Amino acid sequence: MSLHVAMIAEVTEAELVRAAKAGDLTAFEELATRHERQIYSLAYRILQNPHDAEDVTQQAFLSAVENLARFREESSFATWLYRIATFAALKVIRKRKGLDTVSLEEATEPREDYDSIPHPEYIADWKQSPEQLVERNETQRLLDDALAKLDEKHRLVFVLRDVEGLSVTETAEALGLTESNVKMRLLRARLQLREELTRTLGDPATRIVRGHHHH
Amino acid sequence: MTMKCEELLKMLNEYVDGTVDPAICEEFEKHMAGCNPCQVVVDNIRKTITLYRNGQPCAMPISFREKLHQSVREKWRQLHPTAEK
Ligand SMILES: [Zn+2]
Repeated sequence: MSLHVAMIAEVTEAELVRAAKAGDLTAFEELATRHERQIYSLAYRILQNPHDAEDVTQQAFLSAVENLARFREESSFATWLYRIATFAALKVIRKRKGLDTVSLEEATEPREDYDSIPHPEYIADWKQSPEQLVERNETQRLLDDALAKLDEKHRLVFVLRDVEGLSVTETAEALGLTESNVKMRLLRARLQLREELTRTLGDPATRIVRGHHHH
Repeated sequence: MTMKCEELLKMLNEYVDGTVDPAICEEFEKHMAGCNPCQVVVDNIRKTITLYRNGQPCAMPISFREKLHQSVREKWRQLHPTAEK
């Protein structure tokens, strides 16, 4: 089966996958076109470096070409690709750290538990709604800067779960973590980002300063 | 108020993701109704997540896109030597 270039944008992902599996390069390139920016963003947000993000994106697509026959279509192509890209990005992170373990679960690190969750400090209503904020050019910059300040282990979980929209289970699988660990890291990430964003986006006039008497 | 702010904090994920047990959800909301700081924190968190979910993918350099497609085509030809393209 060969796909006509003119109508390729309307072909479903499943059809493209089938065509690519049958050897149609045009179909595979269309799949790449549909997902490359998302994959690049995923890699960039995990690695925080454009050069590594390009490397990982390229590795992910080349690995997809090589392993396409083994893709069983139990998940969407995008999910499969994310898994490959995430794995490639995590490999870069492990290499940076000189680790050769598979999982990013660090046994040596003090266990994080719910008793040590930092309390929200800067509490205030935001001056603008998310709808208004997305219209502003500075917003994406603010979001990326706040993300860059997170600890890597918190950032990875947040990127997969909240930016890329994976489920807790999928995030746990991708990172080789337990679900409870994913939830804990996600909570810390969300709280820290809330703190960062509210310091910039919060309206000081509505700021609530908690007293020590508080529950 | 039976639920404390700390307890609410621990269940924040489940609450904002809508996966919290209905009985706990009721307690959670009862607490929030009487605790303005928690109300604002929950609202801030929801907005934070919304902003990141609706964020734009990073701009990918065009020069990289060309390079990417070229390397895909090369790999493809290696693996499918009989293909016409
Ligand atoms: Zn409270």
